[in-house]
Amino acid sequence: MTVPIEHGFVLVALLWAIGLIGLLARKNTLFMLMSMEIMLNAAALAFILAGSLWQQADGQIIYILIITVAAAEVGLGLALLIRLRAHVSDLNIDKLDELRG
Amino acid sequence: MNSLGLFYVSASIALLASFCVITQKNAVHALLYLIVSLLALALCFYLLGAPFAAALQIIVYAGAIMVLFVFAVMMFNINQQDIERESQWLSWQSWLGPSLLVTVLLVEVLFILQSQPAWTSTESQVTLIDAKAVGSLLFGPYLLAVEIASFLLLAGLVGGYHLAKALPHKPVNKEVNQP
Repeated sequence: MTVPIEHGFVLVALLWAIGLIGLLARKNTLFMLMSMEIMLNAAALAFILAGSLWQQADGQIIYILIITVAAAEVGLGLALLIRLRAHVSDLNIDKLDELRG
Repeated sequence: MNSLGLFYVSASIALLASFCVITQKNAVHALLYLIVSLLALALCFYLLGAPFAAALQIIVYAGAIMVLFVFAVMMFNINQQDIERESQWLSWQSWLGPSLLVTVLLVEVLFILQSQPAWTSTESQVTLIDAKAVGSLLFGPYLLAVEIASFLLLAGLVGGYHLAKALPHKPVNKEVNQP
């Protein structure tokens, strides 16, 4: 009946890797935000797994905090994308290379 | 089917849907796959003994946050030209070599993890952690974290309002054209 905890952490690693690949491979900022959502979800699953392993509710508390961070991040990120679309009429991340150090 | 099989099925659905998210050309299709991935993860949470987190995942994540995404995509007005350019950027030939090599590494890591002794020696059942335990802990020792989270949400609200409201002056790029 019980789920082996190692398999759960393998799932966490795979999901996080998929999110990272998406973040690196895509040039559309909207898809990059979605990849970050996948990575945040993988981290949340890791906390739920740890809470289930030690049979404590702390994992779910951290999960709720992660959801809070994700909500704030998505709100601000999408507002920035709307502003970006208004400025350069594009979502291409390569259009943002004007800042030369 | 026992809960172990259910966990594997939902985990595979989550992996497949996440892979489809990062390979889709159309943003709306990718969002649909992302919602499927979040729902599959919610089922995983439930099977791991966290029904409160599963409910939150569906209500807050797959509900509220994804609706925000869909509204934003609607405002971006993505046309056929954008989709064709996405498929131009996503040529699978350039990713074939690295992904083959990294798949070999992944198989190796999975093999090593499989040969390790199990972390939990006792074959314990999944213990249910209900909303009451989470709530009493959340408003007990973690009260300060809740307050800080509310500050964070307030900052997100103010920042989102400030960034997304209409510009008082014209955008920078258009001022260049006008003498």
